[in-house]
Amino acid sequence: MLAEIFSDYTLRIVSIGSILLGIISGTLGTYAVLRKQSLIGDMVSHAALPGIGLSFLIIGSKNTEWLLLGAFIAAWIATIIVNTIYRNSRIKYDSALGMILAVFFGFGLVLLSYIQKIPNANQAGLENFLFGQASTLLERDIILMAIIAVFTIISVILFWKEFKLLSFDSDFADIIGFSTDKLDLILTTLIVIAVVVGLQSVGVVLMSAMLIAPAVASRQWTDKLSIMIILSSTFGALSGVIGTIISSSIPKMPTGPIIVMVVTIIAFISMLFAPKRGLIWRRIKDYYNKKELGANMVLNNLYSLYKNHGEDFHPHDLDTICLHHTGIIHSKRMLKRELHKLEILGLAKEYENGNWAITQKGLDKMESIFFEDGRDIV
Amino acid sequence: MSPQLEIQLIAILVATSCALPGVFLILRQMAMMADAISHTILLGIVLAFFITKDLSSPFLIIGAALMGTITVFLVETINKTKLVNEDAAIGLIFPFLFSLGIILITLYAGNIHLDVDAVLLGELAFAPFNRLVINGVDIGPKSLYTMLGVLILNILYISLFFKELKLSTFDTGLAAALGFSPVFIHYSLMTLVSITAVSAFDAVGAILVLAFMVGPPATAYLITDNLTKMLILSPLFGIISALSGYWIAMYFDVTIAGAMATMVGIIFALIFIFLPDRGLIANIRRRKEQKYEFALISLLMHLINHENSPIEREEAGINTIKNHLSWDKEFTQEIIDKTLDKNYVYIKDEILKITDKGREFALSNYSYIVEQD
Repeated sequence: MLAEIFSDYTLRIVSIGSILLGIISGTLGTYAVLRKQSLIGDMVSHAALPGIGLSFLIIGSKNTEWLLLGAFIAAWIATIIVNTIYRNSRIKYDSALGMILAVFFGFGLVLLSYIQKIPNANQAGLENFLFGQASTLLERDIILMAIIAVFTIISVILFWKEFKLLSFDSDFADIIGFSTDKLDLILTTLIVIAVVVGLQSVGVVLMSAMLIAPAVASRQWTDKLSIMIILSSTFGALSGVIGTIISSSIPKMPTGPIIVMVVTIIAFISMLFAPKRGLIWRRIKDYYNKKELGANMVLNNLYSLYKNHGEDFHPHDLDTICLHHTGIIHSKRMLKRELHKLEILGLAKEYENGNWAITQKGLDKMESIFFEDGRDIV
Repeated sequence: MSPQLEIQLIAILVATSCALPGVFLILRQMAMMADAISHTILLGIVLAFFITKDLSSPFLIIGAALMGTITVFLVETINKTKLVNEDAAIGLIFPFLFSLGIILITLYAGNIHLDVDAVLLGELAFAPFNRLVINGVDIGPKSLYTMLGVLILNILYISLFFKELKLSTFDTGLAAALGFSPVFIHYSLMTLVSITAVSAFDAVGAILVLAFMVGPPATAYLITDNLTKMLILSPLFGIISALSGYWIAMYFDVTIAGAMATMVGIIFALIFIFLPDRGLIANIRRRKEQKYEFALISLLMHLINHENSPIEREEAGINTIKNHLSWDKEFTQEIIDKTLDKNYVYIKDEILKITDKGREFALSNYSYIVEQD
């Protein structure tokens, strides 16, 4: 399969296109996700549809450059409208997003249906923008994507500090004198560009996933912005290539859904297995924490019993030491296990009839803990 | 009934059924969850079709509604891990499930007469072709009865749980404390949204369901924040959009659903821009007035501060004062003209002097400035 990429011309073009798309959307998606604006991509991609239709109606050309320019303008206007609504009324941001998304998309469909009825118009292919058809990519489209990729990377490097501040603490950025409104506009414009670039291969309906999923995946592996961007671009590019290869082997399969499936699975895997943040990792850590906590809680209870009985090493049975209510020691078996652990450490001692009490050493340990903490026990 | 009348009746029912739960969606900030549901029900329909092998089976609606609820559940599950924000969780789940739906349709395209375009975009013009025939008597288009059923369900749900919905929408904590289950309300509402979406979806398509769910309630919310009024106004705006959209679509010979969604946007825009008191124009005008009033008072306070001081000629000179207030020339002249008009100042020896009337005005409004700041 890999050899095919290098021999088959179309597949090669499509793969390069997917890699470029992955880099662009991975980079800018990172900012969208960090700024909690994940769904802006969904709105932008849907809102691009009327631009494609209008561009075709006005210019009459099916050249990608013109269609994407129209898409860019429509999507950009939509983001401005959403912001205007949000700032000038009590309509919430998500309502504004949802409404503009649907209204623009509806208008786009009106235009497409109008175009379809124009006699002799060479309109076939416009509907490929709905779910993407990477095989329609041409060499010139790749060159355009490459230029945009370079432009994106340069912009991100130029505004590195500003975008970072904007993403993590925009209030602070505002206070120290950055024009957050302008920066926000620049970043949003870049995100719009990223979405528009992907319309040809992923389509308007699913393009938002290309912004969100790679960024969500990379977020799990690192806390550092630069690494997150590099990882997210890599995930985006990787899923683009894998998705393209899979879809090219199934007849009539649009590329968008396959790429989205791959990239989302990468995100799910990252959320499960990434070290430190991943769910499985957290489970394992929880287990060890609980184990350690369990022994400490048993010792603490033995200490409390010792104190309650007038400072006497009086042994108690398991029911008295019982810690069911804590949710950490679930059963008597577990309690016994913890007690034996303490015994090995010399902190607790077993008496006849399975009764237990704290030892002098355990006492010293508890008192040193409380002494260090500088507070009395409850 | 003529097909034209039937289509318009269906459109009215769709608009009303979508607008009612939509009010709660926008108040609970769940608009994008509705977007997610309107996409994922596609997978529900496909999966239910695989089981029943019948596109007109009512199980399709059940399957789709179930998938809507599953979507909500999955988003919340991801939310609970705290690994991603809620918006990212929505954006992760729905493209995934939707893609799965598209892939299944494409893979089994030969066996399913389920066209992706039709599901996603819908075509109201075809609705009258699908008739409901009982005992050999044609009693009208099927979707008319489906939508009527959904509308009744929506009205019943909202009237039965009105108190609970209201309380859990505006004060989740109190609702929980009083013993209402916010989780029950949340899931039942989202299930209702799914049922409404899947039924309307036939006629207007998945994405345009969203236009009807969010647009008319948002328009109503511009006008009132009274829940009952919103529940009356929203369907009204929905119906106006639906009917005007229908006639525009007929005139230009374009997709009916698309034209209706466009009208939803246009009606919102009209009210958003022209609404007296709170509309965009009123807002801009008010801001401009505030800007002038603020400038007027700033100028007068500046004059009071430098009255009879040694540098009064510099600070309050008609040609130099602009430097001290950091205004440009035109704006300064405009403000000076205004103060002269109102007799707040007079010019003596090229120096602006404040009058008693001006002093009174400035001092009485001083607190206003401070509060504004």
